[in-house]
Amino acid sequence: MADWTDKERATVASVWGKIDVNEIGPQALARVLIVYPWTQRYFGTFGDLSNAAAILGNAKVAAHGKVVLGALDKGVKNVDNVKATYTALSQLHCLKLNVDPDNFKLLADCLTIVLATKFGSAFTPEIQATWQKFLSVVVIALGSQYF
Amino acid sequence: MLSKYEKELLVIIWEKMMPVAEDIGSESLLRMFTTFPKTKTYFAHLDIKPRSKQMLSHGKKIVYALHEGAKNIGTLASTLAPLSRFHAYQLRIDPTNFKLLSHCILVTLACHMKDEFTPVAHAAMDKYLSAFAAVLAEKYR
Repeated sequence: MADWTDKERATVASVWGKIDVNEIGPQALARVLIVYPWTQRYFGTFGDLSNAAAILGNAKVAAHGKVVLGALDKGVKNVDNVKATYTALSQLHCLKLNVDPDNFKLLADCLTIVLATKFGSAFTPEIQATWQKFLSVVVIALGSQYF
Repeated sequence: MLSKYEKELLVIIWEKMMPVAEDIGSESLLRMFTTFPKTKTYFAHLDIKPRSKQMLSHGKKIVYALHEGAKNIGTLASTLAPLSRFHAYQLRIDPTNFKLLSHCILVTLACHMKDEFTPVAHAAMDKYLSAFAAVLAEKYR
């Protein structure tokens, strides 16, 4: 799906190694729900999502954020086989959850911005570029099984 | 729609960025060129190196325009009319690229403001940047 230089592989692994899924996952999912409120359509069972404070304090959002970001681990460990890695997850989102795959990109962008707030100037343009290349490959893979 | 609170927040953020306008603007451009290399096609005349004179001066212009627009979002269309005409009739930059720059501006602000770039600030800025981009693209056709 994508070619990776040794430097890119090292960058993806290094960024991932600095991420605490339990901290960043909830923040990234909360940002998607706050910045792009129409994404709330998929979380009707999550209770109060009526404002930013409610979303940030919502335990179900936090729990699901951990699950979502945890799923990225498989992609990091299978950068040469991302499409196959996410076949089942793509099918699940298409056939069962009926999630518009455009939302994966919104989540990816929010994750990148959360990492920028976390890493500050250490999140250089080169690291950003490689990290977003990786996320775009994952996003394509998650959309690969749609219909 | 931006709430009154969001509009005030945007002014505060851009006021803070004015003294470092060159840094924020040139870093946003550099992030865009690095992350989305196709955007370089529109800037063949520009010396695309970190903090080159041209990157700093063009970056500063972008941040100044964003600051100017944020002061009165209600009149964004008229404030930006000259810029809008310039993009539509002379530069002819495919408007999908505005989104790429907007994203890189968000990342740059996040890197500089860290925890202060809260989800609420992020949401306000994302809305403002897309409104700004929509005005720039208004006169395209």
